[in-house]
Amino acid sequence: MTALAICGGRLIDPAAGVDAQKDVLLKDGRVAEIAGTGKLKHTDGAEVLDATGLIVAPGLIDIHVHLREPGQAYKETIATGTAAAAAGGFSSVAAMPNTTPVNDSPEITRWMQAPERGAEVRVFPIAAATRGSKGEALTDFAALKSAGAVAVTDDGRPILKDGMMREALAVAARVGLTVIQHAEDTRMTQGASMNLGPVSFKLGLRGMPPEAETSIVERDIRLVTELREAHPHLHVAHISTAGALAAVRQARRNGLRVTCEVTPHHFLLTEEHVGLYNTHAKMNPPLRSVVDREALIEGILDGVVDAIATDHAPHAQHEKEIEFELAPNGMIGLETALGLSLLWLHREWRMPLGRVLSLLSAQPAALLGLRGRGTLAVGSFADVVVFDPKAEWTYRATEGKSKAKNTPFDGWPMLGKVRWTVSEGRIAYAGA
Amino acid sequence: MNPAASAIRRPLATPPAPASPFPYNSGSLLSVLDLTVDGVSHLLRRATDLENEDPIVRDHILAKRRIALLFYESSTRTRTSFELASKALGADTTLVSSLSSSIEKGESLKDTGLTLRALGAEAIILRHNASGAAWLLEEATRLPVINAGDGMHEHPTQALLDLRTILQHLRPGVSGVGPETLAGVTVMIVGDILHSRVARSNMLLLPRVGARVLLCGPKELLPELAARSGPGIEIERDFEVALAQSQAVMMLRIQAERLAGLQLDLDDYKTGYQLTGQRLAEHAPKAVVLHPGPIIRGMEITAGVADGVQSAILEQVTNGVAIRMAVMERALTAESGAPADRSSSVGRENGGRA
Repeated sequence: MTALAICGGRLIDPAAGVDAQKDVLLKDGRVAEIAGTGKLKHTDGAEVLDATGLIVAPGLIDIHVHLREPGQAYKETIATGTAAAAAGGFSSVAAMPNTTPVNDSPEITRWMQAPERGAEVRVFPIAAATRGSKGEALTDFAALKSAGAVAVTDDGRPILKDGMMREALAVAARVGLTVIQHAEDTRMTQGASMNLGPVSFKLGLRGMPPEAETSIVERDIRLVTELREAHPHLHVAHISTAGALAAVRQARRNGLRVTCEVTPHHFLLTEEHVGLYNTHAKMNPPLRSVVDREALIEGILDGVVDAIATDHAPHAQHEKEIEFELAPNGMIGLETALGLSLLWLHREWRMPLGRVLSLLSAQPAALLGLRGRGTLAVGSFADVVVFDPKAEWTYRATEGKSKAKNTPFDGWPMLGKVRWTVSEGRIAYAGA
Repeated sequence: MNPAASAIRRPLATPPAPASPFPYNSGSLLSVLDLTVDGVSHLLRRATDLENEDPIVRDHILAKRRIALLFYESSTRTRTSFELASKALGADTTLVSSLSSSIEKGESLKDTGLTLRALGAEAIILRHNASGAAWLLEEATRLPVINAGDGMHEHPTQALLDLRTILQHLRPGVSGVGPETLAGVTVMIVGDILHSRVARSNMLLLPRVGARVLLCGPKELLPELAARSGPGIEIERDFEVALAQSQAVMMLRIQAERLAGLQLDLDDYKTGYQLTGQRLAEHAPKAVVLHPGPIIRGMEITAGVADGVQSAILEQVTNGVAIRMAVMERALTAESGAPADRSSSVGRENGGRA
C-alpha cells in the first residue's frame, strides 16, 4: 500500500488534545508519523497531499445510517451510500439493520462487510436486537459481535415490551454491546405523520406526541437503573424532544451509561418546515417544536449530547412524490452534516471547532468502542478528513453521490468543503 | 470547563422555513388563505351575478372548456354541485373516481393528474382522503386545482358557501364583504372539529370578514390547540353557553371513518352536543342553523331542527352551485380577476416545498 503524507495543514485531533500545524504520514492503513510542518522523517515514496490552509482531522464517523442493502438497492447501495459518506468527510458509518431481510444474522452482518459490496469507507453493521426486529426473541448477540456487529437495535421498530428490553440490555451488557433504541411508543403514534401540535392540527395531520418518545426513554432508563450492577449501555438514537433529553441528562448525573445522538435536521429544523406537506421534511422522529430544538442545541453545546448522527435515510424519488401521510419517513444526510455543523454549531453558535469535530468523530468512536478510530494518534487507523474550513458553498442534492435526493437542505448554504477523505490509508474521496 | 456554555443563553439564530411556492396557478383554490378578502368579496358577487344570469348567456362563459372531477372519496353534494356549476357555464366535465379507474390498479395521484392533463383537462377538482393532496396535485400538474376537500384539512368552497348563507340571513342585501362585515357576529362550530375540513376552512375564513368563531365539542374531538389555528377563534365547551352567544350554529357530523380507534360514547355525545328543538328555542331562538352534510338525523341534530324554520341546510346546498360557478369561472378565465395574492396568505408565508 502506498504511503500518504498530508502536509501543511492544521491538525485537530480532539481525542489526542492536538490543535497545531502538523504533517501526518499514513502508511499501511495506519497513522505512521506526526511531525511539525515539513519535519516528517519517512516520506520516501509517499504521495503528498498539500493541506496548506486546510484542517486535517480524524475521519468523521456516522453511527446512524441506512444503506438499504440487502434488499432495497433501488434506494441506495452500500457502494453509493459509502460514496456519499466519503464525500461528506465520513470514513466510517454504522449501518442500521432494517434491511430486507432484516440484518439479524451473522451471515448478513458479514455480507454487508464483504469487499464485493464495494464500500468506499468502513461499514460497521448494527444488528437487529430481536429476530426479524419483531420484538419477540433476542438475536444471538455474541455471534453477531464476532461477525462484526458493533451494537444491536430494532431501529424503527422500537422494543416496547419491558421484559424484552430488559433482556436485551442484560445480554448486551454481558457480551459488551450497546443497545440502541429508537424511542417511540408506537401505540401513541398510530397513523401519525408529524409532530403533534398547532401545526399538525392546522394541516389536518395526525400528530406524534412528544410523550411517545419521552416515555420510552424514561422506561429504558428505569431498566438500566435496575440492571446497573451489570453496567448496560443504552444509546438513544436521534433524540428529538426536550423531555427525553432531560431524562438522559438526569440518568448521566446518576452515573448511568446512557448516551444519545442528535441529527442536524433536529437541531436546525422545526415542525414549521413541513410547510405545505413537504414530504422531504417528513421523518421519524418528526421535526419538533421550537422549544424542543432549543433544548437540543443547548444539549449539544453543554455536552449532554454525545454525537451528531445523520439518520441518512435514502428513498427513491417516486416514494416521496405521494400524499404526505403515505410517504416514507426520512432524509439523506451524509453530505450535509459537516457543512451544516460547521455553519451553525461553530460559526453561528460559537462552538469551538475541536468540539464540533469531536461530536462527529472521537465521541461516536468512543460510544461504540471503535478502537483506533476517531483519533489520529500514531498507530490509529489512517482515517482522515481534510477540509477547507472557510469555504462557503451551496448544497445541490442532484450533485450528490447518494442515489437518493430526498432532503429538505437542497439549496442550503454550507460551510467547510471536504478536500479529501482517507479511509484506512486509501483516498476514498477527492474534492475540487 | 466548557467555553461554549456561556453562549447558550443568547438567542440562537436559526434558519427560517422557506417561503411557500403555492399556489403555482393563480386559478387554483387550495385553501381559503389563497384568497384576499377582496377576492372573497369578488367571488360572492360573481356567484350572485352568475346565479341571476340568463342560462343561455351563462352557457358561453366556459363553453367547451374541459374540467375533470377527480374523486377519491364518496360525495353527493360537492360532486354534483361542482358538476352542475361547471356545466351551467358551458364546460365539459368528466368524472374520475377512485373505485372505477386505474387508481384501483395503483396509479399514483401525480400520474393520474398528468394523465388528465394530457387528456385535455384544463382544471381539476379534487376530493381526496389525504390532507394536502391538492397541493401535491397542483405541484405535479401546474393546472388550476380546486380543493374539494382534502382529508381533515380544508374544504374552501364549503366555507365560501357557508359564508354566503350566513350573509343571506344575517346581512340581507349585502353583496360583498370587507374585514368588518360580520363584526359582532358569533358563528359556533359544534362537534367533530378534529376531523373536520369544513371547520378548518371556516375558522380560517370567517374571522377575516369580522366574525368570531366559537368552537364547541368534547376534548376528544376538539383539542385545545385548535384555538391556536388563527386569530378570532375561541373554545367554549358548554354547548348551551355557546349557543346563547351565537347568531349562526354550524353542526358537524361525527366522522366515524376517521375516528381511528378513538373511543367515543355516542349517548354521552348526544346528551352534551345534540342540537334539539328545545335547546334551540331556549338558547338561540333566532340563530341560523347550518350543517355541511351529510346529516345524521338523531345524532348531532334532531329531525325537527333539520327540517325546522331556523334551518338553512338546504339553502347551503343551493348556494354551493352559485359559489362553485364563481370558483370555476375564476379558475379558467383571466378576466375574472382576483388573482392569488401572496401577501394576504395569512399563515402561509412559512409554507413551501423545498
